[in-house]
Amino acid sequence: MDNNGYDDKKSAAEQHYDFPQMLAERGVSRREFMKFCSAMSAALALPVTFAPKIAQALDEVKRPTLVWLEFQSCTGDTEALLRAASPTVAEIVLDILSVDYAETIMTAAGHLAEANLDKVVKEEKGKYIAVVEGSIPLKDGGVYCCIAGKTALERATEVCGGAFATIAVGTCASYGGLPAAAPNPTGAVGVKEAVPGATVLNLPGCPLNADNLTATIVHFLLFKKLPATDGFGRPLFAYGKRIHDNCERRPHFDAGQYVEKWGDEGHRKGFCLYRMGCKGPETYHNCPSQRYNEKTSWPVASGHGCAGCSEPMFWDRMTPLYRRLPNVPGFGIESTADKIGLGLAVGTAAIFAGHGIISAVRGEDKMEGKKREDLKHDKDRR
Amino acid sequence: MSKLVIKYVWELPVRVTHWLNMVAILTLTATGLLIAHPMTLAGSPSQFVMGWIRFVHFVAAYMFAISLASRIYWSLVGNRYSSWRTFFPYLNPEDRQQMWATLRYYTFLSRKLPHVVGHNSVAAAAYSLVFLLYLGMICTGFALYSEHAPGGFYALTFGQLRHLFSNQTLRLLHHCFMWLLLGFAIQHVYSCWLMDIKERGGIISSMFSGYKSVEED
Repeated sequence: MDNNGYDDKKSAAEQHYDFPQMLAERGVSRREFMKFCSAMSAALALPVTFAPKIAQALDEVKRPTLVWLEFQSCTGDTEALLRAASPTVAEIVLDILSVDYAETIMTAAGHLAEANLDKVVKEEKGKYIAVVEGSIPLKDGGVYCCIAGKTALERATEVCGGAFATIAVGTCASYGGLPAAAPNPTGAVGVKEAVPGATVLNLPGCPLNADNLTATIVHFLLFKKLPATDGFGRPLFAYGKRIHDNCERRPHFDAGQYVEKWGDEGHRKGFCLYRMGCKGPETYHNCPSQRYNEKTSWPVASGHGCAGCSEPMFWDRMTPLYRRLPNVPGFGIESTADKIGLGLAVGTAAIFAGHGIISAVRGEDKMEGKKREDLKHDKDRR
Repeated sequence: MSKLVIKYVWELPVRVTHWLNMVAILTLTATGLLIAHPMTLAGSPSQFVMGWIRFVHFVAAYMFAISLASRIYWSLVGNRYSSWRTFFPYLNPEDRQQMWATLRYYTFLSRKLPHVVGHNSVAAAAYSLVFLLYLGMICTGFALYSEHAPGGFYALTFGQLRHLFSNQTLRLLHHCFMWLLLGFAIQHVYSCWLMDIKERGGIISSMFSGYKSVEED
């Protein structure tokens, strides 16, 4: 592949943004690149005719600045993005972004790193993209997460408030996630709740699927705006359908073939995991079609039910993970709704059986007033 | 001196919705339990056992919702025994007194059975709570049903409950309401049997025919 007509007169900086050359340097052929563009148009639910437009948009892109902030997180989302086994087109797409700040991967440290961030916030106000990973603690003045002497809330308010848009990656940044699980000792919340004024797009998941981040960025580069979202701020292209509706085990659900015990015959045959507490029927995510780690696998494919990790507060709301129904508050952990319900039904039946026996042996009742009595006496007299 | 007369008490819509509700509740309970605790009933993935169970559940749910809506409409236009007023006996002093007397009878504190034509006031008060359970059942049910089509009609109406309760809470409520309704059904059958014997008004057959033998006013 040639360098596409670019010549030596171009400055070093311009050459740096030369996307076709970047691809060539990494050994990615034009054909592979076009395949990637088709895959992205599919991920974004665009007609296939958009693939050349995506290619064009990526070829001509002006480097948008991106800063990656990390708060109360396990770095799982960074891992999901960086752990690819071989360089992919997606990685290169992310490379064309000017990542001016990212705690895990930047070479700058200390006040030099902070100066970079300050510079972006000041000089590119309203133009840069902020990516946030991890939740923001609000309790006790936000002391539970401080970076460079500022609380997570102060940094988020400053950086996300001035960004063109903020992408909250992972469930923690979207809705508080695990740090916000009851009893939420640090008062953790997601970005939108911490900085209500910011334009936030949520990409929940534990971790997020890196493909969805790539697709979001491609959408932004192509249309210069954020994709349409649902009521929980999630882009519809990735979170518009239930896991259950695209699940590869769905035919077993409709047929009526279920895993009844871990490791039983049904489990070995790949039957539906509904009975084992799979939360696919109430979780909106594109896991079945997009899968994780370069489309290698995802939980249900590997025989484990969905944990509902892309839903708000899943750690509190989707548990117990291996049962269909939650425990009934106020009763013991082992009491299920059915045991209580059955007890109620049997109890009711017993009470009324007792009532019936007493009523039967009690003999004659009086009707109201003398009416019935009179009738009876009339009849007796006759 | 009063004598027994045959009185038309339960109009046709009241009887039809009553029996539709019964059929719907029994069907919904049976299919609902199979949905909550699915069993492997199919031998091949090309069968559609759970598919049919859910289809029957949804059809019965529509039938139940329409039946309830019809009954609510009839409580506005029907006779005095089917009126919505009868379901709130605690709102007027005379009925409150009758409620007290009936409760005393039920708890064996009195042998005096109040004379009633339509619903006895304790039963009517219980039915108003059962109506609330019905509404809870329909709202949680359609909210759960709406999840297959985000952005659809049910998602925009009943589906808004998902912002108040999590999906799992809705499921638990839907499930617990079922048990409460089953408890009510046991009580209801027993009370009708008891009143059929004690009142001698033919209350059970009146739900088929609409006629009760009551004393002339």
